[in-house]
Amino acid sequence: MLEKALNGKPSYWLWLILLMLLAGPGLTAYLFQVTLGLKITGMSRDVSWGLYIAQFTYLVGVAASAVMLVLPYYFHHYKAFRKMIILGEFMAIASVSMCLMFILADLGQPQRAMNVILHPTLNSILFWDMIVLNGYLFLNMVVGWVTLQAEKNDVPPPSWIKFFVYLSIIWAFSIHTVTAFLYAGLPGRHYWLTAIMAARFLSSAFCSGPAILLLLAFLLKKVAKFDAGTDAIKALAKIITYAMCVNVFFFLLEVFTAFYSQIPGHMHPLVYLFAGVDGFNQWTGFMCTAAVLAFLSLALLIPPKLRDNHELLPWTLGILVIATWIDKGIGLLVGGFTPNPFERITEYAPTIPEILIALAIYSIGAMILTVLWKVAITIKKEMGTA
Amino acid sequence: MNNCRRKFLKIAGLSALGLGVKPALDLLTVPDAHALMPPDAYKPDAKGLKAKHWGMVIDTSKFDKPEKFEKVIQACHNTHNVPEIPGKQEVKWLWTDEFKATFPDNEQHYIPDKVESRKFLLLCNHCENPACVRVCPTKATFKREDGIVMMDMHRCIGCRFCMAACPYGARSFNFGEPRPYLKYENPEYPTRMRGVVEKCTFCTERLALGKMPYCAEASGGAILFGDLNDAKSEVRKALKENFTIRRKVALGTSPSVYYII
Amino acid sequence: MYNGKYIIPGLIVFLGLITFPFWYNIVAGAPYAKAKLPLPADQKECIEKAEFMRAEHMQILDEWRDKVVRDGARIYTASNGKQWAISLQNTCMKCHANKVEFCDKCHLQNSVSPYCWTCHLEPKGNQ
Repeated sequence: MLEKALNGKPSYWLWLILLMLLAGPGLTAYLFQVTLGLKITGMSRDVSWGLYIAQFTYLVGVAASAVMLVLPYYFHHYKAFRKMIILGEFMAIASVSMCLMFILADLGQPQRAMNVILHPTLNSILFWDMIVLNGYLFLNMVVGWVTLQAEKNDVPPPSWIKFFVYLSIIWAFSIHTVTAFLYAGLPGRHYWLTAIMAARFLSSAFCSGPAILLLLAFLLKKVAKFDAGTDAIKALAKIITYAMCVNVFFFLLEVFTAFYSQIPGHMHPLVYLFAGVDGFNQWTGFMCTAAVLAFLSLALLIPPKLRDNHELLPWTLGILVIATWIDKGIGLLVGGFTPNPFERITEYAPTIPEILIALAIYSIGAMILTVLWKVAITIKKEMGTA
Repeated sequence: MNNCRRKFLKIAGLSALGLGVKPALDLLTVPDAHALMPPDAYKPDAKGLKAKHWGMVIDTSKFDKPEKFEKVIQACHNTHNVPEIPGKQEVKWLWTDEFKATFPDNEQHYIPDKVESRKFLLLCNHCENPACVRVCPTKATFKREDGIVMMDMHRCIGCRFCMAACPYGARSFNFGEPRPYLKYENPEYPTRMRGVVEKCTFCTERLALGKMPYCAEASGGAILFGDLNDAKSEVRKALKENFTIRRKVALGTSPSVYYII
Repeated sequence: MYNGKYIIPGLIVFLGLITFPFWYNIVAGAPYAKAKLPLPADQKECIEKAEFMRAEHMQILDEWRDKVVRDGARIYTASNGKQWAISLQNTCMKCHANKVEFCDKCHLQNSVSPYCWTCHLEPKGNQ
């Protein structure tokens, strides 16, 4: 079926070429990183994880969000999602691929990455993260491909696929939970040591992932004349609204615990992020913007009149994605490492090479997504199920 | 025709899997299944010091002049080829800091001047319940039988999970090649390369030859090193006679480095 | 075969190109000369026989590094009973002190680049 990706309008090829051009500088920068080391990034002895791991964390959420389509469609037979489901599964493939690329980009010795498999360490959450991420990638590849193939051959999908579908539903929750455990089990990082870290990851994922999917679905309407269906969009918007409410609520719970208990270790990261400490305040603009945008997105999502306004909805979703990305894609990492174990501030800012490498990985992910969605939409159009 | 080919591929795949069962089982069950030398070709040096739980007691009041700190830190860093990198990507195994940075959970409001002006030595605490060992995905950092939390530079993939897990900021990452930052290369000890994490290892190479760690030796008695499990050891004596504190005890890591204030 | 008159010769050319590394040296008669390695002046024997070392020194070093770092076993008893301290820098390189003349000669010829010396310091002196 991949051959469907080889026939496209000029704009399709132009898009792919643009993505390759975007990836070029980053791949060159990565060559420098492999030879010179991670010193070309903005990371430091105190802030030892940065942009790469932050993007990996955000994208794990985006990947797992496919379950927000799979669960209603397969488990509850919510037929309205019929057209979108393959898009969600393929987006999961692209997202997990990007996750794996970000992890590899962050390793100091990437050529030794196989050591995680050669010397399995069952007490290490990173080992389990490797297992669940690769497992989820495999599951989505199998489920997506087999169901699409069945659609192409105009037959119902084979009955054994149900097992993998149900497994992927449970597995989606696991990739979040395990990634959240990377943070939530570390004794010295007060910003991360919270029982609701996994829950926050889930709620953040279930609003940001479908929001990105919906934004891309709107884009598909324009560029590929592919309509996901008004009912599907409405239902997904409702899911996003509920998830964002929970996401914001959970964050406010953290704020309460920190400031009502008045424990310095809990308060300091939040104070640093939102107000600055001792003159160190480079992230306060970002974080306050994220807070404002988060509430704004809720104000535009909760009222049904505004949510069902499909001229306004893409903007709302864009605001939501920005807000959740700032929270999870940078705030989480910086807050965990600042202040450092000695209660001092070492500020982190990604360098240009670091940003270029991240952009390159996003471009490659976008290429994977483009190719997969091209195949899916072409087949749907050919079969008349678009 | 199609059906035959599918059948053939299915049978071929299953056979390949089946053929792989015995070698895989062998690798998993037979210890040293592909080892070159017999296991009895290797043994520890007879001179080596043995202990059930290596620990350190630092008498902080004995470090009253900066030169005394310099001496122990240089002894460690010079012999272990620890680079001197300026800025926030520094590498350090043993360093100094003030009271409130060393013991941030022990905030003292009315602290005596002699303690406030004092500097403290910080290093890896070789915890009994180390978070770094728990998180390492390759067992590149592991706890030995004698309690030392060791680093295997050959295996480290540079994921820096251990650095995130360590509550004491004891670990350093080689963001770049360290050799340009070495003032003096000790030819008897390796350096590291970019991309691996390093920290104090309680001088395992010295213990193996029956000697004390460099910092303890250079401290003139201000740093005591010994077997915490041995009630008659120097360190246990010091702990019996002096009140000591450890860093961030509430986190449950149970450090093996004690500070006499 | 459709277009057979192009495919068969094409296949033969392809096979020839793909097996080029294997037959070129035989045909062109370029002999592979084993590098002449300067032997250490004082010691007569390595830890094991030279033939064995030539074939297995990589395996030995790989095993050695785990034994020292992970198991704390620092003494190696050779097949002739002699005991050696396990150390690349302090045992192997003490005799084979000239990395360029001894180690690099074969490695360069065989296009092998072990990264041992990115960490393990090579002795400064020549031998």
